[in-house]
Amino acid sequence: MLRIRQDLVDAIVSHARADHPDEACGVIAGPAGADLPDRFIPMLNAARSPTFYEFDSMDLLRLYRAMDDNDEVPVVIYHSHTATEAYPSRTDVSYASEPDAHYVVVSTRETGAGDGPFELRSYRIVDGVISEEEITII
Amino acid sequence: MAIEVRIPTILRTYTDGARAVEGSGGTLRALLDDLETRHPGIHSRIVDDAGLRRFVNVYLNDEDVRFLDGIETVVADGDVVTVLPAVAGG
Repeated sequence: MLRIRQDLVDAIVSHARADHPDEACGVIAGPAGADLPDRFIPMLNAARSPTFYEFDSMDLLRLYRAMDDNDEVPVVIYHSHTATEAYPSRTDVSYASEPDAHYVVVSTRETGAGDGPFELRSYRIVDGVISEEEITII
Repeated sequence: MAIEVRIPTILRTYTDGARAVEGSGGTLRALLDDLETRHPGIHSRIVDDAGLRRFVNVYLNDEDVRFLDGIETVVADGDVVTVLPAVAGG
C-alpha cells in the first residue's frame, strides 16, 4: 500500500497536466526505511515525448547524490501516460529498477492539460512482475 | 588506494548489501572485470556484448562515461565510479 499526502498527489497531477501531451516524470523522496514520500522532485523528461520518458543522465546523478546526502530513497517514482490508461507499459516494466519504490502512473488522457477527472494508480514492479496496490491519502 | 564503485540498490544483491565496493584497473573495462572476481554476476548486469547496457548509466566522478570513452574510459586510483540504472519508461 502507498501512503501519501494529498498535496503530493496534487503536485503529481499538476505536473502531468502542465507537461501534457508529453509525459511528465519525477520522484518523491523520503527518509530511508520509512516508506513515506515527503520531498517532491519534478524531473525534466529528457525525451520530451508523448510516449517515452527518461531522466537526463546528469540530472539522475545529481538526484541520487542529493538523496544519498539526505539519507533519502526514491519512495515514489511517477510518470504520466497522456493517451493511455494509468497502467505500466511493457517499456515501464523493462526499465523498472527500484524494487522498493512505488511506481505511480497518472493518466491525463481524459482531460489533457485541463481540470477534471484523472486516473492515478500505484504499483510495485519487481523482477518484471507488476503488482497494483492501494493508495491511502494521509 | 583503489577505485570506489557506488552500487545501486538493485545490484546490491551482488555485494552483500554494500552501497560501495572497491576495485582496481586501468580502464572501466578492467575495473568491471576485477569486480566480477569478487562479486560474481555483477558484470553482466552492467555490460553486454555491445558494451555498456542501454539501461545503465556509469559515471566517472562527475561525468557520464558515454561522453568519455565508454567502457574504455581510463580510470585511476582515487576515482569514484557510480553505477545508476536509467529511470525511464513509456
